Amino acid sequence: MKISLTVNGAQRAFDVHPGDTLLEVLRREGYKGVKKGCGAGDCGACAVLLDGRAVNSCLVLAGKADGSEVLTIEGLSKDGALHPLQEAFLDEGAVQCGYCTPGMIIASLDLLTHHPDPNEEEIREGIAGNLCRCTGYTKELRAIQAAAEKMREARHG
Amino acid sequence: MAEERRPAFVVVGKNERKVDGVALVTGKPKFAGDLDLPGTLCVKILHSPHAHARIVEIDASEAEGLPGVACVLTHQNTPLTRYTTAGQGYPEPSPYDARMFDTKVRFVGDRVAAVAAETEEIALEALKKIRVRYEELPAILSVDGALAAGAPIIHDEKDSPGIYDAAKNIAADVDIDVGDVAQGFAESDVIVETVCETQYAQHAPIEPHVVLTNLDEDGRLVIRSSTQVPFHVRRIVARVLDVPLHRIRVIKPRIGGGFGVKQEVLLEDLAALVTLRTGRPALVVLSRQEEFIASRTRHPMRIRVKLGARSDGALHALEMEVLSNTGAYGTHALTVLSNVGSKTLPIYNKAKNVHFFGKAVYTNLPVAGAYRGYGATQGYFALETAMDELADGLGMDPLKLRRRNAIRVGESSPIFEKLGEGREGVAQTVKSCGLERAIELGAARIGWEEKRGKRPRQGSRVRGVGMSIHMQGSGIPQIDMAAATVKMNEDGSFNLLIGATDLGTGSDTILAQIAAEILGVPVSKVIVTSSDTDVTPFDTGAYASSTTYVSGKAVERAALAVREQIVQVAAAMLADDGGNLDEARFVLKNERAVAPNGRGVTLAEICQRAMYQTGQFQIAATASFVPDESPPPFMASFAEVEVDTETGRVQVLEYVAAVDCGVAINPKMAEGQVEGSVANGIGFALTEEMLFSSKGRVRNPTLFDYKILGARDVPPIEVILVPSFEPTGPVGAKSVGEIGINGPIPTIANAIHDAVGIRLTKTPFTPERVLDALRARRPG
Ligand code: FES
Ligand code: FES
Repeated sequence: MKISLTVNGAQRAFDVHPGDTLLEVLRREGYKGVKKGCGAGDCGACAVLLDGRAVNSCLVLAGKADGSEVLTIEGLSKDGALHPLQEAFLDEGAVQCGYCTPGMIIASLDLLTHHPDPNEEEIREGIAGNLCRCTGYTKELRAIQAAAEKMREARHG
Repeated sequence: MAEERRPAFVVVGKNERKVDGVALVTGKPKFAGDLDLPGTLCVKILHSPHAHARIVEIDASEAEGLPGVACVLTHQNTPLTRYTTAGQGYPEPSPYDARMFDTKVRFVGDRVAAVAAETEEIALEALKKIRVRYEELPAILSVDGALAAGAPIIHDEKDSPGIYDAAKNIAADVDIDVGDVAQGFAESDVIVETVCETQYAQHAPIEPHVVLTNLDEDGRLVIRSSTQVPFHVRRIVARVLDVPLHRIRVIKPRIGGGFGVKQEVLLEDLAALVTLRTGRPALVVLSRQEEFIASRTRHPMRIRVKLGARSDGALHALEMEVLSNTGAYGTHALTVLSNVGSKTLPIYNKAKNVHFFGKAVYTNLPVAGAYRGYGATQGYFALETAMDELADGLGMDPLKLRRRNAIRVGESSPIFEKLGEGREGVAQTVKSCGLERAIELGAARIGWEEKRGKRPRQGSRVRGVGMSIHMQGSGIPQIDMAAATVKMNEDGSFNLLIGATDLGTGSDTILAQIAAEILGVPVSKVIVTSSDTDVTPFDTGAYASSTTYVSGKAVERAALAVREQIVQVAAAMLADDGGNLDEARFVLKNERAVAPNGRGVTLAEICQRAMYQTGQFQIAATASFVPDESPPPFMASFAEVEVDTETGRVQVLEYVAAVDCGVAINPKMAEGQVEGSVANGIGFALTEEMLFSSKGRVRNPTLFDYKILGARDVPPIEVILVPSFEPTGPVGAKSVGEIGINGPIPTIANAIHDAVGIRLTKTPFTPERVLDALRARRPG
């Protein structure tokens, strides 16, 4: 079957099998920043924004996403300029192997979009579904806080 | 103080961004599974459903006939060479007890066959069509069962060299003595003895194992692997598949965490053989379930520690007995066993009488292997639990007892020499040690004086604090080797080629920082290429906390050699100028070489001259390093916990790790190493445990049921980097990758004891175990 998606702002049409997950389709189509850690909704490495909310793309049937808007990590930086979350993850040392990072940043983006000024508890809650085996989350918490601040400043200009 | 020797650094000690960071945060296809090669075959493995069985018959004809199947591999059509999957230096100190495919299966998850097909669906379909007739054998599911008289023999084959005593299911055995331990106990005033047990635990890197192979334009085999040991992969695959080593190229792209589980040659042989047989690219990726049932685990252990001390608190006799479960194969059996002692006992070097002995035994359970901490994690649970009991017995503050007995600068331990990596070790004296300071800073941070023994209670919840101290090593002395090449370009930039393997640890970055420091350039002028056997010089790989120290030293040497060449050219360029051109007193800074008289030339000008103008040559050098010692990093770790006496739940409220890793080349990355390993360690202490059915099948092979900690579960972790300077290390550095994981189990156990007076001796400390212990303590 054919589906159409807006991926990172671009209108795309894909041929998919009924059983294909969104994760499989995105990776097949070259969005390799979407990672697979479990294929079962347990790790968050495959997170993308689907119509503005973070979902584990391994749990979404591609067919069900037909007509939706998808944002992957590849669509986050604009014209070579990193998003404040990406900058903050680098500056705070929140990236070790980087395998969980795309999903972690997508989950953080969802959080900060809906919660521009979260406290530490809310941040922990916001990335609770994103497992990282390298870092212990301390540096992610700081990075997300720092990014939140920058994003608020940018908004209030 | 040691810090005074620390030179003023420009790049070292700075929180440089990761050199590969931008690619990672923008989702660039940097991992082995991200590369699409046209015509790639998907490889799937048929795993044994039995814990112990002989394969009487395999019929793969139906699977082979399935449209879309390219090839099926079984023991009938693959090399029968015995080898070890342990990616260690050569010759590996692990028994050669494995084959690609054997006629016997030894655990649920063992390899039976593999299929390569056009798609994953076809491969999985084909697996179902392979007919296997097994003769089931009695399975051994415990270490005691393995050692029982008349136990079935797991490795009854005759052609596996290196097994200590196959007939008794003993893969490895260690026994060393210092002084006279019996005499030592006889002379002791207080003696304590404790037995601790650790669980089956899995590394669970978020990226599963992945290998992609293909033939390049010249018909050479290219292996892209999520490996910690590219050079060992090349060597082992060459031997197992009988392919000339020079026909193989191994590339480690970015990898998604390792922690030891990728120090195994687990899949490379399969993908490589498919590619050699079919001429086509082959991709094999383990599913999360396969990671649990068929990759590697930490060695579960039972460890008995007996300590004897004089009434003044001086440790006098120390005995440690280890029973290690290596699972179905003996990968790292001997070396992990040795490290239980070699990375723990030297910390209490005042004890003159020491006996360390133990066995690693085979069982029909998943295969244990290398795991961050490498035996020390298990050893410290028992040792540091016993130390707390000894403090109790002596009526002494646990902190004071440890201070009194811990190793210091200028001191040695006979254990360094007696106990190495499956052979004798190497004598060394400690040249940097911030342990005393770490204890002091950590105690202040957690509030030891105010909180210890106070047991504040709120309803059913009681708080307590605990601590423990630790060391690790920095590489394997006189075994590990690393090499680095530094090569200059005419814009004043440098290529840094290193065999060292960045697992996400940041080693590419800190090695670039070392080179940049010496060459007087920013990190952006150092282009790092690592872990490609065709391009980069040799390195034994990322394990044993070796990279910063061993690979770092190779980089330091190569950079110093290049520096010398640069200065020679600069001196010649400035010769007309007269003045003092003492080459030894040139300084490289801000991308210039500056003479003692203050005149200078840019690095770009220097390289342009060397390349194009006068006395032309390539400014470059390759250097190697083999360490003669393994300077230990040290750590004091502290935790405050809250125990709910009604539910049995243990919550860590705060965790403090004060670590001496020498000069922290990149402090945030060093902290990150400790934070990550502490988080993993807290998981071991509280939640992580592989559970087995009565038939030896893993019951919880998912990240849902095997609970690694998420952001909500991890307490605030405070890392204190204690300054010290290791004179033998590159820019004063020691290792930091493993040590953190040793802390949580004993620290939390000791804190639980402080809170509610129970001694937990079995990990993880689940609510059930806590409640059992609380009940057992209450009379009636
Ligand atoms: S891969 Fe989707 S949640 Fe793990
Ligand atoms: S950085 Fe490696 S899993 Fe998060």
